Amino acid sequence: MAIISNATTIADAGSFSVDIGDLVHIKTLTASSSANLTFLHGSSSVVLDGTYPIYKFEFINLHAATDNKDLLVKFRDGGTNYDATCTTTMHSSRTKESDDDAAIGYEGSQDEAQSTGGVKLSVGMGTGNDECTSGEMWLFSPSSTTYAKHFLSHFPVIHHAEYLYNWYKGGYANVTAAIDGVQFIMSSGNIDAGKIKLYGLKDS
Amino acid sequence: MAVISNTTTIIDAGAISPATAGSMNLIKSITASSSGTITFTHGDNGVIFDGTYDVYVFKFINLHPQNENVDFHFQVDTGTNSNFNQPIVSGATIPYHNEADNASGLDYGTDMSQVGTAFQGLLDNASPTGNDSNGGGSLTFYSPSSDTFVKLFAAQMFGQGHGDYFAAYKTSGYVNTATALTKVRFKYAGGNIDSGEIKLYGVKG
Repeated sequence: MAIISNATTIADAGSFSVDIGDLVHIKTLTASSSANLTFLHGSSSVVLDGTYPIYKFEFINLHAATDNKDLLVKFRDGGTNYDATCTTTMHSSRTKESDDDAAIGYEGSQDEAQSTGGVKLSVGMGTGNDECTSGEMWLFSPSSTTYAKHFLSHFPVIHHAEYLYNWYKGGYANVTAAIDGVQFIMSSGNIDAGKIKLYGLKDS
Repeated sequence: MAVISNTTTIIDAGAISPATAGSMNLIKSITASSSGTITFTHGDNGVIFDGTYDVYVFKFINLHPQNENVDFHFQVDTGTNSNFNQPIVSGATIPYHNEADNASGLDYGTDMSQVGTAFQGLLDNASPTGNDSNGGGSLTFYSPSSDTFVKLFAAQMFGQGHGDYFAAYKTSGYVNTATALTKVRFKYAGGNIDSGEIKLYGVKG
């Protein structure tokens, strides 16, 4: 049966006839003094497999419980541990609120080389009442069993030392097993508040 | 006939309700035509810029200035204020390469970084006025209606800089206020926005 509204066919023959968009919301997790926020395929309606070739995470006003800690991502590549080996690069730009320091640079102490302990996405978060970090991370073809799994992220953050930092990271999970889970944690302490949203980007 | 499920209107008047359509919903598109400014104000002309969405994305398509060698920039305001002078802390990185192939590099975007209340640069000395020259990109606001946190934004723009350069402009920062934002204004530092489109999307979920 077709669905026709105002002479426009909305849906017919098992599919929509009108554009409903290619960025599909999958899941929103809201932090509340949370030790981690975890997206695991097949759990709590999370889809993180070959359904979509590209996945996007949006981070909205994440607030740390402990000052000067980092937001990390960890990937699950089989088994139950979030310990996929990752290699990354990271660079930043920074501006101090007092306007007496600004720079760009490669962040050699914030990158990872074959690390299994997590990937830093947003570094040195402040915990003032109005301080937070937001941003996005793209994950490409996590279900591939042939290639490493690339990701890209960008996070502005209000740094604990009263800086704006922009953190740019790119890297890959150096595994050929499918990634079926993604976990976000702080380097120490809880994620006090904020949301992380997972979207799938459909094939054209 | 409307299709209503569990008191939610799914389809009506020949269209899927924005609330139930895809996750990235077009809210408003404004086309420049020798325009001094382009302003998106919540509640005006169908513009939504409040807590309806957590994330808002502006897309800039083929922006073309009236004057050569001018910055394209934005400011925001709160409530019914219209001074567009909110405090901003920002930083920028600019990789560039010229058409003559004798200059390239990565710079800190000093002119696009500020601790102040000026309009925030998105394109620096950009877009010569040649008929084929233009700038574009996107600007994302995270939770602009928050009454708790500062308002983080991130932009990725690109364009032909003055002197036949291509440059990518990565600018991010925050509006240093805990008051909800209600409007965003775009303009060039001098002269009109000759042509181009600015589209506002809300990302739901």
